[in-house]
Amino acid sequence: MNATWTVVVVVSVVTIAIKGLGPMLLGGRPLPPRMSAVVALLAPALLAALVAVNTLGGDRELVVDARLPGVLAAAVAIKLKAPVLIVVIVAALVTAGVRALTG
Amino acid sequence: MGDVHGHRDVLAQLLREAGLVDAAARWSGADARVFLHAQLTVDESWAISAEGDGRFNPKVLLGAGVTLYAAWVTGTVLGVAFGDVIGDPSTWGLDAAFPALFLALLVPQLRDRRAVGATAVGAAIAIVLTPFTPAGVPIIAASLACLLGLGKRDETPPEEAGR
Repeated sequence: MNATWTVVVVVSVVTIAIKGLGPMLLGGRPLPPRMSAVVALLAPALLAALVAVNTLGGDRELVVDARLPGVLAAAVAIKLKAPVLIVVIVAALVTAGVRALTG
Repeated sequence: MGDVHGHRDVLAQLLREAGLVDAAARWSGADARVFLHAQLTVDESWAISAEGDGRFNPKVLLGAGVTLYAAWVTGTVLGVAFGDVIGDPSTWGLDAAFPALFLALLVPQLRDRRAVGATAVGAAIAIVLTPFTPAGVPIIAASLACLLGLGKRDETPPEEAGR
């Protein structure tokens, strides 16, 4: 337990430092326009990757399983302007349903 | 105040009064404030506070970050205490909840063709790399898709136009 808590504390301190120092050192200054254009695209690029990996990613392989229909159902829910919480619940329900049906 | 739990509004109010939230929507607080503010910058709070032009709404970031923190700590405690009752989370389709959440955060980002392009390239990089790299690398590599923003010329100031 002692070693565990040591790790927790050390990792916490390092993470907090890393997270805080960047904005602290660079914050308050407006970004050059070209950098702003790059930063603006970070969100869609990373989110798209997160969607792709969380939907199709396996252990160093691509897997098509019940997650895919769940995420497709989520896409339909988003198209229908459903709130985020509903979108997430729809995805979970469809995936759970497909799993239950296909064993 | 001693405990964040159940006192989200109070904490948000305190932070607001402490000047953590800047009315000008910029990272212009004192170092300590920025340092603390950065702690609340995570995937979800960052995505939800993005205004699409590389700027972020600090109030949304703060509110979402504090909410997430409270939810995570509470959820972790509940999970440790009662996790065994649920059994395998995939039975409940919870593994599809994450991509669905990220998709819901992604769609509002698709404001122009460049964002759609970054989305396509980011997803493609992640999918192509997944079979060949350790977990995490495909996500980090996908961030390279944001370099599409370098092609943006229409807002380049005149003094830079000649480069």
